Amino acid sequence: MSTNMLNLTLKVWRQDGPNSAGRFETYQTTTIADDASFLEMLDYVNEDLVAGDVEPITFDHDCREGICGTCGVMINGQAHGPQRGTATCQLHMRQFRSGDTIVIEPWRAAAFPIIRDLMVNRAALDRVVESGGYITVSTGAAPDANITPVPRDAAEAAMDAAACIGCGACVAACPNSAGQLFTSAKLAHLNLLPQGQAERWSRSEAMVETMEQYFGSCTNHGECQEACPKEISIDFIAMMNRDYLKAKFTNRRRGGQRKSG
Amino acid sequence: MAKTMSRPGATAPVVNPPAAKSAPWPVTFYRSAVGKKWVMAITGLGLLGFVIAHMIGNLKMYLGREDIDAYGHALRTLLHPIMPNELVLWILRLGLFAMLVAHIHAAATLTIMNKKARPVGYQSPRQYVAVNFASKSMRYTGLIVFLYLIFHLLDLTIGTTNPDFVEGRVYDNLVASMSRPAVAIVYILCNIAIAVHLFHGIWSVFQSMGLNNPRYNVARRWVAMALSGIILVGNVSFPIMILAGVVH
Repeated sequence: MSTNMLNLTLKVWRQDGPNSAGRFETYQTTTIADDASFLEMLDYVNEDLVAGDVEPITFDHDCREGICGTCGVMINGQAHGPQRGTATCQLHMRQFRSGDTIVIEPWRAAAFPIIRDLMVNRAALDRVVESGGYITVSTGAAPDANITPVPRDAAEAAMDAAACIGCGACVAACPNSAGQLFTSAKLAHLNLLPQGQAERWSRSEAMVETMEQYFGSCTNHGECQEACPKEISIDFIAMMNRDYLKAKFTNRRRGGQRKSG
Repeated sequence: MAKTMSRPGATAPVVNPPAAKSAPWPVTFYRSAVGKKWVMAITGLGLLGFVIAHMIGNLKMYLGREDIDAYGHALRTLLHPIMPNELVLWILRLGLFAMLVAHIHAAATLTIMNKKARPVGYQSPRQYVAVNFASKSMRYTGLIVFLYLIFHLLDLTIGTTNPDFVEGRVYDNLVASMSRPAVAIVYILCNIAIAVHLFHGIWSVFQSMGLNNPRYNVARRWVAMALSGIILVGNVSFPIMILAGVVH
């Protein structure tokens, strides 16, 4: 397998701080091998910028193997770039051709203020999880394995939802900046399992209402599931809508669940 | 105790401050965006039911003048010996009006919420994968349908804009109205807007109401396509048949 070398033109959003005005800067890359990842390409560009005494491009990244959810930028108008089911770190330069112009922009949402350049603050996602994305159990000796039977299909569906890495691409891709796919995934991976039942309704109510303090509302475009690096389905959004209604209807006094808030 | 580290700007900006929680549950339910989507889905279904019934009723035009005039008379005297004249009709009309108001109010407030959720848009062109013409244009097709509804009532129910209007002569009023090519063209264009609106609306009903099951999920787009297609063909046939002189 031979390596192709690419010469690219980058248009990168540069912004010095949360309150500064941003602008696109154009950079010519040195020759990039097409087996480099997108973030490695940015590393090479940054090395050149440092050598030329220019402030390097700030971007979020951590594991670089698609499991941490730290990286993520808009690449040519698509969250995480043109390849389905991959985070920016797993997007490789073989997706591009020599001579291409690549436009790179940070996630845009009121809840995701820009910290610098391509890095945004996604603390709003943490607020949603804090409001109910957990189960309350007494800690102690580890229980026996398989002491709580979980149907295989439920385990699989919960696992599909739990694949969410919290990168925020769903919010970034959504024309309404809605956080529905993220919140519904975080709800579903607990609401589908026996351990999650005790707090199901208080969790559904609290997480939906916290989400709505930060994000827009769903208009069922389905753009989020196309952008999701874990290919999480909007089926979970339907489930969340159902659970929210039930959370409002159910007699929670009988179920021993306090009202949230 | 461990000290929590925080970096500058790690606080999440609240876009929509929560309302006080002292209200009864239907109010707090409607205050939430998910609740508003439920209201939009249910009122949308009600209005869809009206559009279907309206289209089927109008098909009586093809049975002849007596049939559709009798149908119009029957609507005004619905349940007549039991209820006073036109009372049931007015109850239905008020129900439809309430659903329309709720549908529009929810849509308007959600649109404002969505604009607030991204005050600074993308500065480079977006490349959408799933967004389609119908889903993107819901606000505009909805507005077109609303404006057309006003004209439609003035033209064929009240008769203000139809010089040949005679109350109760449904068939003649329809033919007189649609014989004007400008009115017929506006009618056709607005019915295309209705069909486009319904295509995304019907699909959205399934999602908003959590009607999601792998067994029939593939059918959801087809149901939306079939229903909006049938309504489009049925409604658009009236002006075309009148202009073509088949119905006169």
